[in-house]
Amino acid sequence: MKLSAKIYSGIIFCFLFAPIAVLLIFSFNEAKSLSVFSVFSLKWYKELFLDRNTLGALKNTLLLAASATAISTALGTFAAMGINKLRSKWYRAAMNTVTDIPMINPDIITGISLMLMFVFVGRLFGASTSLNFGTMLIAHITFCTPYVILQVLPKLQQMDKAMPEAAMDLGCTPLGAFFKVELPEILPGIITGAIMAFTLSLDDFVISYFTAGTGFETLPIRIYAMTKKTVTPKMYALATIIFFVTLTLLLISNVVDNDDSRKVRDMKKEKKRKEK
Amino acid sequence: MEKIIELKNISKAFDGETVLDNMSLDIYDNEFITLLGPSGCGKTTTLRIVGGFEHPDQGDVIFMGERINDVPPHKRHVNTVFQKYALFPHLNVFENVAFGLRQRKVPKNEIKEKVDNMLKMVMLSGFADRSVTSLSGGQQQRVAIARALVNEPKVLLLDEPLGALDLKLRKDMQQELKKIQKNTGITFIFVTHDQEEALSMSDTIVVMSEGKIQQIGTPSDIYNEPVNAFVADFIGESNIIDGVMLSDYRVRFGGHTFECLDTGFAPNEPVDVVVRPEDVDIVAPEKGMLCGNVTSVTFMGVHNEAIVDIGGFKWMIQTTDHVEENAYIGITLEPDAIHIMKKSKYSGMFGDYSSYSNELEELSNPGGEDEE
Amino acid sequence: MKASAAGKSHNTYRIALAPYSAWSVLFVLVPLIFIAFYAFTDNNFEFTTENITRFFTATSNLVQDDGSTQEVRTYLLIFMRSLKLAVISTAVCLLMGYPIAYIMARAKEKTQKTMVTLIMIPMWMNFLIRTYAWMTILQDTGIINGFLARLGLGEIHIIGTETAVILGMVYDYFPYMVLPIYSILAKLDGRLLEAARDLGCGSFSVLRRVIFPLSMPGVISGINMVLIPSISTFYISQKLGNGKFFLIGDAIEGQYVANNLHFAAAIAFILMVILLTVMALIKYVTARCVYGGD
Repeated sequence: MKLSAKIYSGIIFCFLFAPIAVLLIFSFNEAKSLSVFSVFSLKWYKELFLDRNTLGALKNTLLLAASATAISTALGTFAAMGINKLRSKWYRAAMNTVTDIPMINPDIITGISLMLMFVFVGRLFGASTSLNFGTMLIAHITFCTPYVILQVLPKLQQMDKAMPEAAMDLGCTPLGAFFKVELPEILPGIITGAIMAFTLSLDDFVISYFTAGTGFETLPIRIYAMTKKTVTPKMYALATIIFFVTLTLLLISNVVDNDDSRKVRDMKKEKKRKEK
Repeated sequence: MEKIIELKNISKAFDGETVLDNMSLDIYDNEFITLLGPSGCGKTTTLRIVGGFEHPDQGDVIFMGERINDVPPHKRHVNTVFQKYALFPHLNVFENVAFGLRQRKVPKNEIKEKVDNMLKMVMLSGFADRSVTSLSGGQQQRVAIARALVNEPKVLLLDEPLGALDLKLRKDMQQELKKIQKNTGITFIFVTHDQEEALSMSDTIVVMSEGKIQQIGTPSDIYNEPVNAFVADFIGESNIIDGVMLSDYRVRFGGHTFECLDTGFAPNEPVDVVVRPEDVDIVAPEKGMLCGNVTSVTFMGVHNEAIVDIGGFKWMIQTTDHVEENAYIGITLEPDAIHIMKKSKYSGMFGDYSSYSNELEELSNPGGEDEE
Repeated sequence: MKASAAGKSHNTYRIALAPYSAWSVLFVLVPLIFIAFYAFTDNNFEFTTENITRFFTATSNLVQDDGSTQEVRTYLLIFMRSLKLAVISTAVCLLMGYPIAYIMARAKEKTQKTMVTLIMIPMWMNFLIRTYAWMTILQDTGIINGFLARLGLGEIHIIGTETAVILGMVYDYFPYMVLPIYSILAKLDGRLLEAARDLGCGSFSVLRRVIFPLSMPGVISGINMVLIPSISTFYISQKLGNGKFFLIGDAIEGQYVANNLHFAAAIAFILMVILLTVMALIKYVTARCVYGGD
């Protein structure tokens, strides 16, 4: 890399990491200030763990993310298998479009649209508050599933179509062929998809904001409420913890994917060697 | 020899397009049979019907006297070597080969022994623990063969297994496959679009076109006695000329009456005459039965390939003699150089070299074709 | 596979797709219809175009710098402001992001991996907190000014300006610009560049005539991925704009909080229609201008 490129990259990464550095540093600030650092302390972490509301929100968030991940992973994996086998061009185009919508549409529109429907349907049944854990779960599944499909579908398309046939040829039942051959092949995609779904759900604020009932508070919603008032380093401590948890998940998914790309690389190398 | 597979009046269509049209074929024990034809002729579909991956719309598949139309692939005593091998990338070489045995719950020590033997046979003894993705094309090919053969199938199906290999490797594998077939005595059903491959490996060749069998025979039958213009053109090079069978042993074409060895045609019946390029002798014009101008000469190494315009029809002639471009030459044909075929719907479609070029040949017969 | 064993396995796959098809209709398509439905009805769910008209005609008085007031079309002003800030942010992202994407694509494989991860990491920090952190950095008593004061320099005023809002948008959506461009550039066949040089291109013309046109699909998806969220954001402007720069997202949120669902729906509906038009336009223009663009 040229020196100019190095300097430029350095500036960009400084820009990207400045607020994160600020966050990490000030979460250890003894004083309440978010701009003047006094003494290192773990005081705000301690306070965080004594804050029942925040811990409750954390529990809610994890519960929501785990449920949304489980359901959207199953839904998305089956959907990808179906889409992969679609013969009708029209149906395939329709499925692709519908999968794109939650990813392309601004979050605020996705959130508003679901909220309107929930409110309307709730009204039909005479419920005063129709937004609750269920509606949030539906919303999260809706925006997570496309990402699962996006991860699983290419794995299915890369797979040699003859693979399940080969398994059946060697004595597997169709179901056996799926579990013994297809599933191991697409598993990295499913895992990456699940991790993406989990982190997206964990991090989502906008859609949750519109579809959350009053009784169910997730962490991002709580953070939003907290930033409306004065913020203490306690929130930074929380952010730091969430940050490292998501980072770990990200690294795990990288490892899963690396394992996969290593295989591809081996194949490419072999091809090159042959060409020579 | 015993019949092992009988296909009876098989028809199959995909989306309204007929792929197999009332096809019948008997396959015998211990034979190396090749389904040969251009892409889209139905050869792969035939193979997939035998393997159980496609169901015929009509007709019966008989395996050792039993109808197996409704038997799913995993219950058939046949195994397949797939086009691009379809090795399982998440399993190593050993586990790929052991896959079928594990499925049948063969005892562990027996699996080890069988797999080791099989790997030895395909000369991959040291490779058991390797990842299949790290192998070369030729090695993957061997694993695919071992994986199928270790199950001791009655019949091995091979779907263009050598298509992905380069020329040299392909030649080696042809030899090896033939050897394996001889040693194991298993019936091989081999699908290819490469006529040279078919000629050099097979006991029996089935030439297919448009969902129909054109001809079944030994390689030399097919080459020397093609039944129609399609077969004559598809197998090797041939000049196919319109002629008239005057009587037994006498055929007239190009304005000359030739002696031949063919009989059984009606007097004055129009026929297709096949002359292989290597069977034409070049002589001085005054001694020639037919005469014409040499329009081009290509040096091919062992021989020269000349295109000769005789009365407007472009002949291909292969000769070891020296020929000048634009020379006026005569040709003679021995009676056994002439093969007479009945007129068919393929008459007039093949066998003229007026638009011939090596390049076009390449273009019209691409290597890695995909069928079905 | 052209055909399946007697269509049996094909049915299995249809069944596998059925739940998702149903889900998409119920929770993706139908809700979008609900936006239109709410936008064109009043509180009694009777048809009206009033909400839509209100968006175009509602007025308010804007206090000018010199103290005089001027009557403006409230929502049109807000919308134009959103569009302006979003377009500037997108342009800044592109100008800043393209070079870094290019540098990444030319780096060694290991370095590439590390850089991609580094670009992505900030995305995994909750965006509310990231934005809040910027606020503490930029505000008048914030970290930058604290730093400047220590150096004995005067303080600068950033928070509450359009610059601060743009900075927030650029920061939040920067990775969405870099990653698509990078993924295209990384796949670029090196032989093409050699061919261009062979045909007499200098470094800059290789970039202008070969690399940039080829990376166009990445640039387009980057533009889409930055423009759409920045035009519809509603938190950044509240925190970094000190609430002075109301954006279209803030308008929707405000109406939602005030429980004016029908008007909120109308604004969302108009936003959606405009975004669809813009995206179609971008697609059309690039399909015409860029050879081989899809």
